[in-house]
Amino acid sequence: MAELAVRCAGVNLRNPFLLASGVWGESGESLAGAWNAGAGGVITKSIGSVPRPGYPNPTIETYEHWGLLNAMGLPNPGIDEYPREIEIARKAGATVIGSVFAGDPEEFARLAVRMATTGVVALELNLSCPHAQGFGTEVGGTPADVEKVVRAVTRAVTIPVIAKITPNTGDPAGLALAAERGGAAAVSAINTLRAIAIDVRLRRPVLSHGLGGLSGPAIKPVGLACVWQIFEKVSIPVIGVGGISNAQDALEYVMAGARALEVGTQVTFDGVGVFGRLAQDLSHLLDELGFARVEDAVGVAHGAHSVPPD
Amino acid sequence: MRSVVAVTERVVETPSTVTLRFSYPATADPGQFVMLWLPGDDELPMSLSYSDGPSKGVTIKAIGGTTRRAQSIRSGDRVGIRGPYGNHLDTAPKRILVVAGGSGSAALAPAAERARAAGGSVTVALGATQAPELLFKERFRAMGARVEVATDDGSEGTKGFVTVVAERLLATEPFDAVWTCGPEVMMKKVIVAAEGRSVPVFCSMERHMKCALGMCDACALGPYHVCVDGPVFPAQRLANVHDFGSFHRDSSGRRVPL
Repeated sequence: MAELAVRCAGVNLRNPFLLASGVWGESGESLAGAWNAGAGGVITKSIGSVPRPGYPNPTIETYEHWGLLNAMGLPNPGIDEYPREIEIARKAGATVIGSVFAGDPEEFARLAVRMATTGVVALELNLSCPHAQGFGTEVGGTPADVEKVVRAVTRAVTIPVIAKITPNTGDPAGLALAAERGGAAAVSAINTLRAIAIDVRLRRPVLSHGLGGLSGPAIKPVGLACVWQIFEKVSIPVIGVGGISNAQDALEYVMAGARALEVGTQVTFDGVGVFGRLAQDLSHLLDELGFARVEDAVGVAHGAHSVPPD
Repeated sequence: MRSVVAVTERVVETPSTVTLRFSYPATADPGQFVMLWLPGDDELPMSLSYSDGPSKGVTIKAIGGTTRRAQSIRSGDRVGIRGPYGNHLDTAPKRILVVAGGSGSAALAPAAERARAAGGSVTVALGATQAPELLFKERFRAMGARVEVATDDGSEGTKGFVTVVAERLLATEPFDAVWTCGPEVMMKKVIVAAEGRSVPVFCSMERHMKCALGMCDACALGPYHVCVDGPVFPAQRLANVHDFGSFHRDSSGRRVPL
């Protein structure tokens, strides 16, 4: 059986499959459930400075098994209350990564300091939510903004900092480079693609917020391209996320350059048992293809262009 | 995945509950719920209180702004429906005790009808604050169920909580299954009353919901998600769930006392 354990962003993971932020993750029992089902680690819901109810429903639209559109609006219990949920997950033995969102570098730093005291092994900065005014992409849409936020946080905490960047700009690799300059230990890519659904009978957007973010198998090729381009630009590890539903998807991301992976929408489609299945199937696939360790496959597709890169 | 349907009928059931009827062809099992979308307002999880082929209905209790506005929907107005979601009640048992408080009858009445149609006997312990609030009392009687009533103010039936009626019935008569829906304190008492009587208790649970798909975690209840693991829970699955009867979660995910 191929070795699935990886070291990414200074963190040892028992396998590369992390629960993506925003899926489950509001309650400690759910985080523990994903861990117990075999996730290599769990990333919390993005936590802010104060409790936030999120948008009214509808907050979600689904498309069979190829996609899921959401604009939850960053609901979260706030940093005062959330540590008790992390504690529940940690008591279950989970490797927990704390996701935070804020409106400016100073707030990010304050929040990061508090999240870092909860026992999380690393932070993931949400610089990429496509549908929350004043947060996410709005504070992480340019390389300059990404660098400022990441630098403010890395100066304030000692644990590894992961920057989750948006695919909704022309140059995701530029954002990743900026995160690296700011001191990030890794970048995760991608967050959801900005998207919308319209109800033709009612002549209105389906989601209460109008715009949302698309996830699921539909976005896998886009996520892969982002990881591919980022891997060629940065030297820090890349965490691949976007539409991973089976072991082949996972290995495509790894070969494009991802050292760890996040899984979200597939948890919605298959339940949390997806983690055990992905780990087992990836190990078999690596065996079949002659890799002793998943780390040996990271980025191997690069340098194999049939046409020279431009 | 959503259907937009026109409401075909609006029925005032009690002073605090209103039923909206509509046609929605998806097959539903008794105990399942749908997401009811009020365009421009919000979307709510609602048990199907009527499910007879394509003819469906939901019964809404006024508890907040959106539910109040949902009650004012008129015949001809359009709403969005998605679902049905969740698990369902097994209507095979022969002797069923239904314990319903407040608007709990809405979740259990279609299952009781199904059980009666299959030849089962149904006894209903029905509770409300006062007589006019007894939801579906006549409907239960019309399906051939025996109905035992309790009201907080004594305006009909036993004065006090419906759990007193349920305890008496469980102590004196044999049942093959107990279905309960209503305030969680009530359901907890029903579970206690059935302990040691080797009769399984099934609770229909309610939590704040957003996605209804097992993604967003809004309806987390211990290790479960009410939207996909419920809404029906056998009592033993709730035994170690600390939040049951004590806490729910608000829209931000904060645990708040019930």
